[in-house]
Parts: sequence; structure tokens; C-alpha cells
Amino acid sequence: MEFLLVQALSGLASAASLFLVASGLSIIFGVMRIVNFAHGAFYMLGAYVAFTLTDRFAGPLGFWGGILVACLVVAAVGALMEMLLLRRIYHAPELFQLLATFGVTLMVEDIVVLIWGAEDLMGPRAPGFTGAVTVFGRLVPSYDFLLIALGPIVLGLLWLLFHGTRWGVLVRAATQDRDMVASLGVNQKWLFTSVFALGVFLAALGGALQIPRTTVSHAMDLSIIVEVFVVVVIGGLGSVTGAFVAAILVSELNAFGILVLPKISMVMVFLVMAVVLVVRPWGLFGKPEGTPRAAAGLSIRPWRPMSALERMGVAVAILVAASLPVFAGNYALSVGTEILVFVLFAASLHFLMTVGGLASFGHAAYFGLGAYGAAFMVKFLGAPMELALLVGPLLGLAGAVLFGWFCVRLSGVYFAMLTLAFAQIAWSVAFQWVEVTGGDNGMLGIWPSKWASSPQGFFWLTLAIVVIGVGVLRMLVFSPFGYGLRAARDSTLRSEAIGIDRKSTQWAAFIVAGTFAGIAGALFAFLKGSVFPENLAIPTSVDGLVMVLLGGIETVSGAVIGAIVYKALAIWLMSKTELSKLVLGGVIVVLVVAFPKGIVGFLEDLRHRRRRPPAPDGAGPEAAGYVAKVEAAE
Amino acid sequence: MKTMIGVALAATLLVTGMAKAQQGEIKVGEINSYSALPAFTDPYRKGMDLALKQINDAGGIKGKKLVIISKDDGGKPGDALTAANELVSRDGVVMIAGGFLSNVGLALADFAKQKKVPYIAAEPLTDAIVWSKGNDYTFRLRTSNYMQAAMLAEEAAKLPAKKWATIAPNYEFGQSFVAVFKELLTKKRPDVEFVAEQWPPLGKIDAGPVLQAIDAAKPDAILNATFAGDLVKLVREGNTRGVFKDRAVVSYLTGEPEYLDPLKTETPEGWIVSGYPWYGINTPEHKAFLDAYQQLNKDYPRLGSIVGYSTVMSIAAVLKATDDHNPDGIVKAMKGLKVDTPFGPIVYRAADHQSTLGAYIGKTSVKDGKGVMVDYVFRAGADYLPSEADAAKLRPKD
Repeated sequence: MEFLLVQALSGLASAASLFLVASGLSIIFGVMRIVNFAHGAFYMLGAYVAFTLTDRFAGPLGFWGGILVACLVVAAVGALMEMLLLRRIYHAPELFQLLATFGVTLMVEDIVVLIWGAEDLMGPRAPGFTGAVTVFGRLVPSYDFLLIALGPIVLGLLWLLFHGTRWGVLVRAATQDRDMVASLGVNQKWLFTSVFALGVFLAALGGALQIPRTTVSHAMDLSIIVEVFVVVVIGGLGSVTGAFVAAILVSELNAFGILVLPKISMVMVFLVMAVVLVVRPWGLFGKPEGTPRAAAGLSIRPWRPMSALERMGVAVAILVAASLPVFAGNYALSVGTEILVFVLFAASLHFLMTVGGLASFGHAAYFGLGAYGAAFMVKFLGAPMELALLVGPLLGLAGAVLFGWFCVRLSGVYFAMLTLAFAQIAWSVAFQWVEVTGGDNGMLGIWPSKWASSPQGFFWLTLAIVVIGVGVLRMLVFSPFGYGLRAARDSTLRSEAIGIDRKSTQWAAFIVAGTFAGIAGALFAFLKGSVFPENLAIPTSVDGLVMVLLGGIETVSGAVIGAIVYKALAIWLMSKTELSKLVLGGVIVVLVVAFPKGIVGFLEDLRHRRRRPPAPDGAGPEAAGYVAKVEAAE
Repeated sequence: MKTMIGVALAATLLVTGMAKAQQGEIKVGEINSYSALPAFTDPYRKGMDLALKQINDAGGIKGKKLVIISKDDGGKPGDALTAANELVSRDGVVMIAGGFLSNVGLALADFAKQKKVPYIAAEPLTDAIVWSKGNDYTFRLRTSNYMQAAMLAEEAAKLPAKKWATIAPNYEFGQSFVAVFKELLTKKRPDVEFVAEQWPPLGKIDAGPVLQAIDAAKPDAILNATFAGDLVKLVREGNTRGVFKDRAVVSYLTGEPEYLDPLKTETPEGWIVSGYPWYGINTPEHKAFLDAYQQLNKDYPRLGSIVGYSTVMSIAAVLKATDDHNPDGIVKAMKGLKVDTPFGPIVYRAADHQSTLGAYIGKTSVKDGKGVMVDYVFRAGADYLPSEADAAKLRPKD
């Protein structure tokens, strides 16, 4: 019994660390609707700056002062980033800010190594909190008690701030309805910057307070960012109290879970999130989101199938690609094949995100399932490549049928996070089920059949499959099903009124996207000759998102270009420099600012402007703006 | 449309960078997790650079300059394969080397087998790479999981402890290490029992609850296989909570400067560890290495430096041993190849392709505010490997 109480205390201390970071994210999320991927980076920066300061200035004042100053410094950096980067892209489609913060995260990971060196740094212990307190005959670090106390204190201070100041009232109002706040004449710029700075301050505090417990390293951000997101979502978007309760829930379940199942840590938070979201679609303390005023993929220019000229262009491009093996070397071909595989993967995600209006953060699950499906066929049934390529993706399809059924009951960020949860559960199964999947050592020896084993042969095979795949996805966009899907995306009320069932339509779209991702995954398995859990891990999902956003979320096939640009750049940089993350992140940030509608979105804007200068027939932006206003009035 | 133009563009970009092989050069490819794990790979690269300089200063490979082309794998097997492909298809290297993570090593090993390219796995510790998934083209330098488990189990068996608990990161490295240690210790000491186990995810240990759970089982001794940031958290929490008090701790890799140095004054006393006490190895081979290293780098070597140095020395040795630099010629020469390393001469065993590189086993202590190894002894790798005949049986028949 006493042991269980002490275990609960340890859990509370972990919860406090998690809550500090999560509270900042929740505030930013709630007010600005920004999926701030860089939150982990600020957490890490907080720890690094605090390390430098506390290392320089010893003593209690040096330590606590150092932590405070570190948080202020990092908050200032955050505010600067908001003003210089995010402000330029608030008008961009939702989620585009995610891309910007992702770019920043990549850069920070390399920058901290350049500044502070590669070695892990160990900060001092907190003066006055170095020892332990005896609780029921067991020693509990006194620093744990400090953290346990700090959680409710920060929660209380935030409550006072939000309920006792005018600023807080505005923040709460903006969390509930930011358009209304804006139309009442509140200066949003200032509000957003201050909210962002506060959120970053809390992230930095969370990081700085870790230095007495762990080492500071360049991988700190990754170790926390996803968990923090999960906590925020379990608690309910924008609810600080929710984040507090969720942090405790997750940490305590973990502390006790490992007593029964020592390997549960890996997947615990995602299991909790999946259960919570299935039972309570808006998290523990969240409220249903108000009807969004602008649909995610609302196009100013209606989509249309390609003209005859464009079809010719595509045919020529495919012919050029098909002739590549004649003059390109083996390496170029295998890179080309890899890019093609990701073209299909990104196109499948794009279909779900753009046509379906459903942003998935866990699309790698179906890619990976397809890859494992193919690997199982080869390893356990001795199937040849042809059969494995046909049957393997069915595992992706099965996963999409199962997970999709739960996911389409939600919408917006909650939908995205539930897809992430399922992807992580699938990942942990691949990682843990060593007997079947080989665990993290993966499955090896998944090589193509003889006729396709040359880089040329496999390139042609992949090209054929990808061209067909992207073509089918494009045809679906302009099929009755595609129109129905777009209707469900743009207006649930109207589409249901004319007899389109939102859930089943979106579920079907989810399955289509999952299946095509599975096909890409199966191809990838044969390209690499192996499958690993990383195929369905978060970085693969993020890559897919980046490709779609980079291409342009409001376009029909932007993901194709996004995938080519991003993948080619990533491979090329990886080969040329060890600071590939810094350069890649920098390029993403520049692209985000230069092309807020994505590369293809930008190109289409350009073409549109050149073709029809002042929209003579009244079908131009004004009319579209009118449509948007009508939608907003709903 | 733009799709394919893009592919073509990307491809031409890549092709134009193609370097022409120069006469009088031998090119070898090297892949490691430079961006993902700089704390290990920086010293590793310094070791490689030193060896490369020494070899080329001494006339290279029979008059030809040895060139090593290094690529980053970002810690991902998929990216490692892309890099390997570039090295082999475009740069035309005669063999590849490197790797830190076990899954990257296994992916490269399978690539080596498929493309028939000799591969020296520098750092990956997994036993699978030479045994259950071993192949003709893959050789491994580093003292393996099995060997270090055997060395540590030997010390553990001397302890009076009967009840053991284990903490290891939840992936193949940790799982297989604990499994081998358990097996070998139980063989020597049938009276021991394992009363608790904890498997925190790599890089995400929640040290308080984990240690509390271990403590509750009241073990006499603890086996630890966590490292890097996880190790620091574990040690700090454990010291404060008194979990390590009056308990023997056997800790894998903890004596390596990479992982010991960050612990500074908090280094626990008397843990039995494997590692690299660079400050106290008095063999002439090591002295020569240390002097040259410190002259070049103004920094002390880590174990990664030894691995990097010995990898390049192995490459040079095999390329000197045969004039047939085709894959099969190199593989033939690798079998039974003798190489001089800072840890003394090693042999790549013909039967299972594992080198006999040894390791230092000692105890941890604090000296001048720094963590150090004391009472260390060198354990020759050959003494802790199964016989070649037995090891050959562990490999798949192809």
C-alpha cells in the first residue's frame, strides 16, 4: 500500500513536468489554432540556455535566477519567431503554420549542436532540493515535491491571469471565437504575439526545470513533443485544466502500468488518447468546435479536370520519365524510384486532406502496414513480388477500414490526433511483436523478382504503378464520389440535407487513401529490400504532411510536386551535408513565406492572373468571396 | 506532368554530381548517424581521420591513396540504404563500412548480401548481424552484445547476489543483451533468480517510477543496459532515492567516456561496467594511438574513436592483404584477417566474421569530480566467443 502511494508520488512529479510544457501548447493551440510543432524545440532551448546560465552563475540565486532568465530569453525568441515568421502566414490555409514550425524545429536541432556541442550536458542540481524526503520508509527526491507543487501553482497563476485580467478575458474570448474578437476591434497581432510568448515561456520553463534531473541533449525535443500534444488533446484543446488532469492521468497510468506490463510505456499515452477520443470526441474538458467559417480546402477557383493541352503535357512528362533509365545511372534511378513511391504516398494523403478535408497525422500507418503486408507475404508464405505487391496493400486497407471507422466520427485536430494515436499503436505493435515483425531490427530480404530486380526494371514498374495510382486518385476527385466528398467537407449540413452521409463518405475516402498509401508502402519495401517500424513512425507521417502542404493544400495534385521537391531535396542534402536538417528547415521556412499557398498553389495563382486579368465574367475572387460569406453565415 | 519533369530534373541534378574515379585512388564508403548521434560520431570520425592520415602518410595502399567517402544516415535504416546505394552505384567504392544502430547495421548487412558488397559493421552490437542474420559479405568489428554480456556475467557470477532485477531500453539491443546475460549468468549460477524487469522506451525513461518498481522487488543486484540521457536520469534518481545503496549494479557500456563523462560527480561508486579507461591503458599500441590522437585533436579519445580508428585500420589491412579488390577477393581476404588496433591485435574470424576485439571491464569511481573506471582489466574478445565451429552453426545456411 505504502509502495503504491510512493509510486503515485513519482507519477505526479512526472505529470508536473509534462503539464508545464503542455499548458503552453494548449494556450497557443486554443487561441491561435496553430499546431506548434516547435514547442519541443523551445522546451529544449529552455534547457540549453538554463544550462549555460546555471553553469556560469552558481548558488541559489544563480540557479533560480538563471532558470527564470532562460525562460524569458527563450520567450523573447519565440515572440520574435511569431512576429517574423508566423505573422506572415496567418492568412494561409490552416495547418500551413505547422509546416513553418516544423521547419524551425529542424533548424533548432542542428543549431543547438553547433552552439553547445554534441555531447550531453549535465546541469547542476537545484540548490536546496538535492536530497530526498523519507515517505513511508522510502526516499523520494525533494525536487519531486517541488515539481508536484509547481503544477497546481502554475495552473492557479494561469487561472488568475485568464480570469482576473483584461488580457486573460481577451485570450479566453479568442479561444472561444477569435473571429468575433477580431471583429470587435481587438488588436489580434498584439494578442497573438503575447499568447505565443507566454506559451513558449511555459515550454522553456518545463525544459529548464528538467536540468537537475537529466542531461541536456539535442534530441530532447523529440522525446517530449508528441506526448505533450497527446496530453493537450486528451485534456481538450485550449483547456489548461484539461491539460493538467490529462498529464496526471497519463503519468499515473504509466507509473502503475509498468508494474504490470513493464513494456507498456512505449504506447501508453496513445492508448489513453485513443480511448478518450473514442469515448469523448473533444477530449476530457474540450467543447465541440464551432462550425468552421472557412472550410479547410475552400478553393477560390473551382477545380476542373485537365484540359487537352495539359493532358498532352502529362503524357510527355511521363514519357520523359519512362526514358530516364536509358541515360540515368543506377543511383539516380533508385532515388527516382524512391521519389515516385513518395509521390504516391503524398498523393494518397493529399486526397484525404484536400478532397476529404481530413488532415491525418498518422498516414504512415497505412504506408507501413502495406510494407509489412508485403513483407509477411514474402517471409511467411514465400510469395513472389507480384503477389506480395497485390496482397500486401490489403493490410493497409484493413487498417484503414478499422481505424478509419473510429476516426471519421471526429473532425479537425481531434481527427488528426486520433489518426496519430492509431498510427502509434500500429507502430508499437510492429516494434514490440518481435516474433512476427522482427521488432526494431525489421524484416530483411524483401527483394524484387528477377525481372524487376535491376534498378531500371524496378523504376519502370514503380512508374507504372504510381502513374496509375495518381491517375485513379485524380479521377476519383472528379467522380460523383469525389463531389460528394467535397460537399461533406465544405458543408456537412447542406450535404446531409441532400442525402450524402458524411461519415460513410469520409470513411470510404479514408479507406481509399489508406489503400493507396499501402501500395506505396509495398513498393517501398521492395525498393529497400527491408521493412522497419520507422516506416509507420511519426517522422514518415510528418514527411507526408510536409509534402502535401508544400505542394499546396488547395490544389488537385499539388502533393505530387511537393513530394518531388521535398524528397529530392532531403536526399540530396542528406548526401551533401551533415547539417541537412538546418538547411532543409531553412528551405522549408523560406518556401512557406514565399509560397503560402504551396508551390503548385502559387503556380496556379500565377497562371490564373496571367490568363484572366480582371475576372471579367464575375466568376473571379469576388464571387468566391461572396460564396465564402454565405458559408460563414451558416 | 510537372511530376516527371521534376523527377528528371532531380535525377540530372544527382547525375551531374557524379565524380570520376581517379587513378591511384582506392575509394571506400562509410555511413554513420552523424546528424542523429553526434556525441558518438564526432569522436568516431576523429578516430577515422587519424587512421586515414597515418595510412596515407605511410604511402597509402601499395602506393594508392585511400579515400573514404562518408555519408550520414540520420539514424534511419531507409536513409542508410539510400546512402549505401549512392556509394556503391555512383561513387564506385570497393567496400562499405560504418553503422551505429543495430537496425541500420542489419539493413546495411542485407544490402551487402544482395548487392555483393563487402561491409564492415563498425559499431552495431546486435548478435544477429554475424549470427542469426549473418551473411558472406558482412563482418563486424565491435565487441558484440554476446561478448560483453559474457564478460559482465563472469563478474556478476562472482557476486553473492541471488536476486537480480534488470533495466534495459525497450528495443532489440536491450532485449537481446538481457537475454544473453540471463542465460550466461544462470549457467554459471543456477541459484540466481530474476525478480523484476523494466523496459523503458529509449530516450524516454520515466526514471522515478521505473526505479521505484525495481526497488519494490527488493533485488540484491541490478543489471542496467540504459545509456546516454536515460542513464543520467536513472543514476540521478537512483542516487537520490537510494535505490543503488547496498546493491551491486552491473551496467553495460557505462564505462565508455561517451556515457560516463556526463555523469561527473554523480558517477556511482563501484558499479561493474564495460568501457574504455583511456587514461590508464599502458600498452605501447594504445600509447602510440593516444599520443597521435591528442596531437591531432586536442581532445581525449572516446570509445567511438577506437572504433573509427580500428575500422579504417581494418579497411587498410584488407586492401593491403589482397590485390584483388573485387568483392569476392576482399571477402576472402577478410576471413581470418589480422589487424593491429589500439586494443592489440584482432582477428576477423573466418567462421562467423566476428572480430576478436576485446573490452575493458572495471568499476566506476569518482576522481577529481569526474567519473572514471578503476580496477579495470582487459578481456580478450576471443575468450568470450563461442568456438568457431559452434558459431558457424548459428549462421543461416545459404
